[in-house]
Amino acid sequence: MSARRGIALGLVLLLAAGSALLVGAGVGSTGFSSVLNARQDPIAWQIVWDIRLPRTLGAWMAGALLGLAGAVAQGLFRNPLADPYLLGSASGAALGVGLALALFGASPFATQWLVRLGLTGAAFVGAVGGVLLTLALANGVLHTLRLLLAGVIVGVVLGAARDLVTLAVPDILQAMQAFMLGSTGFVGWTACGVMAAVLVPMLAIAWALGRMLDGLALGESTASSLGVPLAAMRAALVAVLALSTGAAVAQTGLIAFVGLAAPHLVRSIAPVTHGRLVVLSALMGGLLLMVADVLARWIIAPQELPVGVLTAVLGGSYLLWLMHKRSARGGML
Amino acid sequence: MREVVLNAEGAKISQRTQRKHPKVFSASSAHPPRPLRSIIRWLTVASLAAALNAHALTITDDRGINVTLEKSPQRIVSLLPSLTETVCELGQCGRLVGVDRYSNFPQQVRTLPQVGGGIDPNIEAVVALRPDVVLMATSSRGAQRLEALGLKVVAMEPKTAADARRVMGKLGQLLEVPDAGRIWRAIDAGVSAAAQSLPARAKNTTVYYEVSTGGYAAGTTSFIGELMQRLGLKNIVAGELGPFPRINPEYVVRADPAIIMVGSRNALGLEQRPGWAGMRAVREKRVCVFTADESDVLVRPGPRMAEAARLMVRCVTEKAP
Repeated sequence: MSARRGIALGLVLLLAAGSALLVGAGVGSTGFSSVLNARQDPIAWQIVWDIRLPRTLGAWMAGALLGLAGAVAQGLFRNPLADPYLLGSASGAALGVGLALALFGASPFATQWLVRLGLTGAAFVGAVGGVLLTLALANGVLHTLRLLLAGVIVGVVLGAARDLVTLAVPDILQAMQAFMLGSTGFVGWTACGVMAAVLVPMLAIAWALGRMLDGLALGESTASSLGVPLAAMRAALVAVLALSTGAAVAQTGLIAFVGLAAPHLVRSIAPVTHGRLVVLSALMGGLLLMVADVLARWIIAPQELPVGVLTAVLGGSYLLWLMHKRSARGGML
Repeated sequence: MREVVLNAEGAKISQRTQRKHPKVFSASSAHPPRPLRSIIRWLTVASLAAALNAHALTITDDRGINVTLEKSPQRIVSLLPSLTETVCELGQCGRLVGVDRYSNFPQQVRTLPQVGGGIDPNIEAVVALRPDVVLMATSSRGAQRLEALGLKVVAMEPKTAADARRVMGKLGQLLEVPDAGRIWRAIDAGVSAAAQSLPARAKNTTVYYEVSTGGYAAGTTSFIGELMQRLGLKNIVAGELGPFPRINPEYVVRADPAIIMVGSRNALGLEQRPGWAGMRAVREKRVCVFTADESDVLVRPGPRMAEAARLMVRCVTEKAP
């Protein structure tokens, strides 16, 4: 029953994403006319093919990466409040971007180097660096509580370091704020390719480890008595978490709430095993961010809203409504 | 010669002239001697190539990237207010086809299409305007994306008066405005005149300029700080603190500036800060509150520097003890 429901949900999510992609091609500063003129007018063609399609698709992929990471985090830590940014990747990425912006123009050497790395590269390096620092502080991946605590500490410390950098160079405040709110507006085909190249293998690994996550849900001692190789599995899942989050954050900035909300939304509609949950969460996260991206350029066109604000409003209000409905029936989320 | 002949067009022309010249000279009866002939040929080729190459512009922007344009841009999108103002000051306002949402001077740019903020530009709105070049800040993520879409991007971010001068020179080169240097000298003379007009009693008045709430002050190395120095005012914020240091409120109380300058957005609650009511500037109401438009003039390192100097002089003349 629940398996069939899961498959049905997956199909619905894919279908919805497909239609959102079509809408996304027609929405933007110049409106639908660009689609109609795309055949004759090279600029209209460029707008539809090189800007709207990759950003819509890129929003889906970033959302999928975050949804996947969220499902993995919640399964790994057996905590419904876990989100992809838990292991210090968000603060690491923000610090990376802050340092890159601050050092930019400080010396010719640094500038040349940073132009090559780009803010995208700096964010990715920062995100992965943050997770590695957390792992070092937690002495590896074995101890859940230590890992969580180290993640929180790294988050706070790197966040403070970022604040120090912005304090020293207040010129970068505005650029930092844009990064913290997240944006899907700068995603091109290359970025789509990079995210796809990360998404596919990460999804495969998480799917393959789904059964072990099911075992882990019964508790660590039960899991190890069932023959789950805990250490290797945790290391692999942390790697999935770090790389997925890093890839998404590097391209789009810190987009709030998708990673936390997507698994909850999936579970509330179709209670499935972890293998299916990670895949469905990815589909759900993708759809969520894609719809948010389309709305972000629609609501106040020709201007744009920061997409992170919309994901929080969309995902948050749905989750709240769901919680209210459930608690009215006497249950919990 | 190889240095001069840069683009494909120039190279083609130089070949053609090389082929033509022997004919020209053989038609005339008097052959110049061989070395002289080669010199003449060289000069003709060089000058032709130079004339053609005058249209291929190469600008090194603040990222250290060489941007080459085939000819001076006719359609410009500017995503930084100070760059917008500089383009207009050079008399090329008509070439602007789009600006960011913060560009509000001169009046005529307010009617142009706005393409989002400088940091978060709407990429497709920029592309839809078909600009020959996009002028923007170096700290924006949009530059890479716009370049990937085949647009030319010149990133410049003036922070000091020297930057503003350099940017005006670069834009003068880009827009082929030969008297950019003269325009800058006029601005500079305006600042000097403002400094001259400062009454003698107001020289060395101590000033505190707060750029943003939360105690961000204009340091001596900032654009505002430099201006204060040129006018002969004394900034209470020490030089080694950087351009916009965050100052402890008690630092200001201890320095006890004669005049406080602040924008109207940040003026609220200034007197209520602990200990500030006793400061002589607050006690004697020597606080200049600049309107939003005036603040724009003061904080933007651009061509309205002389106006900024006059605003500051007006404030000090009115308020100095």
